[in-house]
Formats: sequence, structure tokens, C-alpha cells
Amino acid sequence: MAWLAGRMQEFLTVAGQTDYPPGFTNDLICSQFMEATGAEIVVRCLAEEGVEFVFGYPGGAVLNIYDEIFKQNKFKHVLVRHEQAAVHAADAYARATGRVGVALVTSGPGATNAVTGIATAYMDSVPIVVVTGQVPTPAIGMDAFQEVDTVGITRPCVKHNFLVKDVKDLAETMKKAFIIAATGRPGPVVVDVPKDITYHTTEFTYPASVEMRSYNPVVKGHSGQLKRAVQMLLEAQRPMIYIGGGVVLGDASKQLVEVASLLGFPVTNTLMGLGGHPATHRQNLGMLGMHGTYEANMAMQHCDVLLAVGARFDDRVIGNPAHFAREQRRIIHIDIDPSSISKRVKVDVPIVGDVKHVLTEMLALLKQAKDKPDAALTAWWTQIELWRAKNCLKYNKQSPIIKPQYVVEKLWEVTKGDAYVTSDVGQHQMWAAQYYKFDQPRRWINSGGLGTMGVGLPYAMGVQLAFPDAQVACITGESSIQMNIQELSTCKQYRIPVKVLTLNNRYMGMVRQWQEFFYGSRYAESYMESLPDFVKLAESYGHVGMRIDKPEDVEAAIREAFSPALKERMVFMDFQTDQTENVFPMVEGGKGLSEMILAEEL
Amino acid sequence: MSTRHIISLLMENEAGALSRVAGLFSARAYNIESLTVAPTEDATLSRMTIVTVGSEDVIEQITKQLNKLVDVIKVMDLTEGQHIERELMLVKVKAVGASREEMKRTADIFRGSIIDVTESTYTIELTGAGSKLDAFLEAIDSALIIETVRTGASGIGRGERSLKV
Repeated sequence: MAWLAGRMQEFLTVAGQTDYPPGFTNDLICSQFMEATGAEIVVRCLAEEGVEFVFGYPGGAVLNIYDEIFKQNKFKHVLVRHEQAAVHAADAYARATGRVGVALVTSGPGATNAVTGIATAYMDSVPIVVVTGQVPTPAIGMDAFQEVDTVGITRPCVKHNFLVKDVKDLAETMKKAFIIAATGRPGPVVVDVPKDITYHTTEFTYPASVEMRSYNPVVKGHSGQLKRAVQMLLEAQRPMIYIGGGVVLGDASKQLVEVASLLGFPVTNTLMGLGGHPATHRQNLGMLGMHGTYEANMAMQHCDVLLAVGARFDDRVIGNPAHFAREQRRIIHIDIDPSSISKRVKVDVPIVGDVKHVLTEMLALLKQAKDKPDAALTAWWTQIELWRAKNCLKYNKQSPIIKPQYVVEKLWEVTKGDAYVTSDVGQHQMWAAQYYKFDQPRRWINSGGLGTMGVGLPYAMGVQLAFPDAQVACITGESSIQMNIQELSTCKQYRIPVKVLTLNNRYMGMVRQWQEFFYGSRYAESYMESLPDFVKLAESYGHVGMRIDKPEDVEAAIREAFSPALKERMVFMDFQTDQTENVFPMVEGGKGLSEMILAEEL
Repeated sequence: MSTRHIISLLMENEAGALSRVAGLFSARAYNIESLTVAPTEDATLSRMTIVTVGSEDVIEQITKQLNKLVDVIKVMDLTEGQHIERELMLVKVKAVGASREEMKRTADIFRGSIIDVTESTYTIELTGAGSKLDAFLEAIDSALIIETVRTGASGIGRGERSLKV
């Protein structure tokens, strides 16, 4: 160990000492200079980033990294039962906390299993870093055991990805990954680390920051455009504020609420924007889009000035763009991603910048402005109240069969609107979005863009680990829950006391609904046969299982699940719901926003 | 209305950089007529020239999406201003009998040069805008063409207009 002796001498020289100070062990001195292996570097970088949880699953290519995880106690590793769930859990952790989520998987199938999770995070702009193992550098391209081109496979569904080819680049690459994931429009970043890199050694220093000449996200909005926007807002006769996930991700809901309150304009949220403006606020018209409220969709279609904030006019939101464009309206669009602006809908005042920053400046301008919002606003609200009076979300509360909407409403009551709610994908997701009134951002965790069935349970795990004392509910269906049901085992191992509410209608409900409407009620492969006994299944993992068949038992079951007696327990509630229930209002694909089908019309 | 655009960009000269751009075009169903890439005088930078066809909206999206790639440093639509466009073509033709002399004359007219000669063939090098190369191929008897290879367009702004870091 000649180099070690050299290092010790160097330390004494630097410290201006002739001998080690008392109490200094050789280990301590060496650790200042000790060359670290790639595996150590990965682990130390994660610690430096203040990572709390790494969700992962070991395998050949990442064994060195796991060995280092074994030796440390800076962060906790959560062993999932399938790599997809690792990424979903990391994703949910990020959505709920605003911090970067981290997942660690092995090469080959580890990486391919992670792809669904990565694509899910990409579509919803969630900051996560996924470290994937890779076969040793000399084996790359040799069709080695458990080899896939991870960088190639993930390229279209990541914000950026890296293949680390030299251990000397590892620390800087990790830093870049965290910066890129969290800044600008957030998104997933994959760092692919070949196995030989994890045992190569180099000196470790973690850079405080890294400059990237090719990556400089805009923060500040254009001041001229901001002035034009404010003028336009104050002149509006029939204004509307339409907010998306950007408000939640950008932690801008406080500013948004202030702007909206000052102007007195109606507000609608997208599926991803729920909680960005409080659902119980008088100005809030609820969610818009394919299953949006009547009042939100009508106001969106008929407004004359639209302020879009952190939203992207996607097909589930505005329906047919040609139909949307039939009504004349001027659009102001605030978004951090220039490519989201004028993509599907032509915009009059584009403002590229960080939503929080731009709204803060807008607020200042509005406060200075001499003009007040146009008097026509009163008439507009009268019209909106007429639309609202249709009460489009009403449903039969006298039904002898459990109505899924009722379960969600009761959950909202029992948890006092304060729970973190995750969902899977389908009818139950829409009912959760419509009937759980989210008053705070980062409480609604779902796969909006990719629509990934199976996210619900791992999402709930990620949220519950981040907030151990919070009430966390997973609203799911009997089909979705089975796509990651293996995570009941993870919940057992880590005692994650999430509450699962399965709206069990024995169908892939949303598929069934479309088949009923558009395929002559030919229910091709949408009936879920051979379901397990979910109560016994939950119990077999040591959890609490409940089956609820009657509407009068719904509330008691939810109360029991959230009672102090079961606070530490995972509870699986299997609600036997009405098979024929459909989600309304509904805008058919390709139709315009104002062409909704309402429940009463059938 | 679709028009032809030449988009120039500077990006980090890293492995996989080209595939990010090519992947973007296929993933978003953008047209790509030609794409050329090579390192610049600064070896850490690659310069790419993409010829694409699309409506104004599509070209705007292409520019934005290219800018969004983390490795991309600068993007410029050359066709938005005065610019020069060049493409290199090598053509191998049959050159026997009367057509041998005729081929030489045509190459001269197009300011091409014959860079390889056998008893029965010429290989001609031509540089110019794509339309000039097309015109040459039209001017010669197509039955005489053995092989052609084109680089795709490269371009540069006129005058002070430049693309640099």
C-alpha cells in the first residue's frame, strides 16, 4: 500500500503537522483520501443528495452496489417484489414530497421491468433517478446474460439518460442526474452503471453543482408578455383559469390561489392539477375534460380569455381541438416547457417560465394595476351557476347496491379531506378525481398521462413511507390492483399501513363502459373471472381484509379501517359495487368539450 | 402548407447523441429528408444539419423539441434567413464509346470533377445545392448510372449570421 503511505504524508503536509493529532485513527485519515469503488460512489452520492429511501431489487449487475448499501445507514433500502413497483414507489415519493425519488434495479429484466414505471413518471413530469445495473463494459454488445441496451430502450421515455463508461465520471454523472431530474420541467433520469465500473476505483468528491452548457431551463417569464397577459385578464368578459399538473409540481398553488382570488375568476383543474386550487373553494368548478364537470367544460368552451397554467391542452382535456377552436377566445399560456406551448392549441400570449415565479410576478402586476376585472364577470358567474345547478355529479344514493361514488364520498368524509389518495387507472380513478375534494396539492397521486394500471398500491407505499403518520388511501379496482398485488408482501415486510379501497365491480370498468357505449355492449374480455378472495389474500399476508356488500356498511368499514385500532395495519377493503355504474359526464373521443353525455340523458 | 427547412444544431459530441435526434424524429413522426453530422473544430461539439419538411406549426415543434434535448446546445432554422446550402454527390457512371466524351463534357458544365477512371467507368464528384445535383442526374442518361451516393445537405448562414456556442 505504497500509495497509502504517500497519502498519509500528504495529509501531514497539508495539515502542517509532523504527526497525526491525538485521536486520529489511520482509518479516519485514510478516509479523507481513500479511493472509492464505483459502488461506494453510487451509495455516497445518494447519501450526499439526502436521499431517504431507495426502492429497489437486487441482481447480478448491482451486487457491488447492494454490498455497499448493506454497509451504510444513511438511507433505507425498500425491497419491492417487482421492479415496476420500485419505480412507481419512488415516483409517488417524489409526487408527494417534491423531492427526487430514487430506484435501483439490475440489468436486463430489471431494467425492462422498470420501463413502465419510468414512462409513467415521464408522462407526468415526475423527478426520479433510476440507477440501473449493466453488464461489464467489455461484455456490452456481446448479448451477455441479462444484457439489454437500457439507454436505448429508455431513451424515448426519459428526460435524459447516461451510460457511465468510466468510474471517474460517475460522481459528476450522478450529480447531473439529480439536477436534470429536479429542474426545469422535471422528469425521470436513468443512470446505467456497468458492473465493472462498480468495482473500479477513483478518488471521490461529490461536486456541489455541475454546469451544463446545453442545459439552462428558463425560470423568469418575459416581462412584456406578462404585462400583455395582465391587461388581457382585466379586459376579459368571460374569463377562465385552467390549471394543470405544473401548478402542483411547481409548488405554485399558493400563488395560483392568490391570483385567482384577486381576480375572482372561475378555476378548473385537470386530472393532474387536482389540489392545485382547492376543490371546495367557491371559484373552483372541478375537473374538466373527458370526465370533467358540466360547468367546467362549458365554461372552458365558452370563455373569452383563458389563462392556462402548467397545463398542456391534451386530448383528454379539450377533446377535439377543431371543435375547441370554434369558439373565439384569447389564450395566455404559462408553462416551463416551450414545447408544450402552441402544440395542440394556438396561444396568443405564451409565457415560458417557472409557474411559481411567473405567478408571483403576475400577482405583483395585478396589485399595481389601476383597472379592476371587468364588470361583465358578474353575468358570467350567473351563467356558470346555471351550469353548476345541473348538478352533474349526482347519482342514486338510494341504491341497494353499493355505488362506487358513495364509497369515495364516504372516504372523503371519514378522512376529512385530508388523506393522500392514490389511484389506479379506470372508472375508480375518475370517481376518485370527481368525488374526493382535494383542497391541497400533492395529495392526489395517480398516473394521468400514461394511464398505468397497477400504480395504486406501490404509489401508496411510496407516500406512506414519506409520511408515516399520514392517512394514505389507495382507491383501486379489482383489475388494477392485481397488476401489482405482489406488493402486499412489501407492505408486510415494512409494516406500511396503507388502506386499500377496491371498488370491485368484477369488470375492467372503463373498458366495459366503452364497450357498452361504442361496441354494442359486447363485453369482449373485460369481465374479471376467477377473482381471488381478497379478504383471505390480504390475511394471508398478515393484513386486515374486509368485504363490504351493503351500502349501509360502507361508512362503518372505512371508519374502522382509519380508526386508531388499525392505524398500524394495512387494511384491504373489498367493496362489491354496482356493475352497471358508468362515469359521467363523458365526452366521447373526438367530440367537443361541450358535447357531453350526462347521466340523466341515458 | 408544408415547406422544406434546413435545421442546424450544435450538440455535445457524445455517444448516443445522434440517436437522440433520430429517435425524436421517429417518435414524433416528423419527416426527415436528410441528416448529416460531424464534429466541429471544437471536438467536444457536433454539428448536425437536418433537412425536414413540415408546416410552420410542425417546424416550430421540431425546433422546440430539439432544444429540449439535454445534449443540444443551440438550434437554428437556416431557412429563416439568408444561407448557403451544399451537398456532395459521387456518381459512378458507365463511360464507354461516345458517351465517355459526352459524360466528361456534362460533368464540366456542372463543374464536377472526375476523381476515378477505369476503361469503362468514371466516378464524378459534384458539389452544390440538392437541386443542382438532381439536375445533373437528369442531364445524363439514367441507363449509364451505376451508383450514386449523396451526403445530404449541409448549410451555413450568410454574412454575419452564425451558429456557435
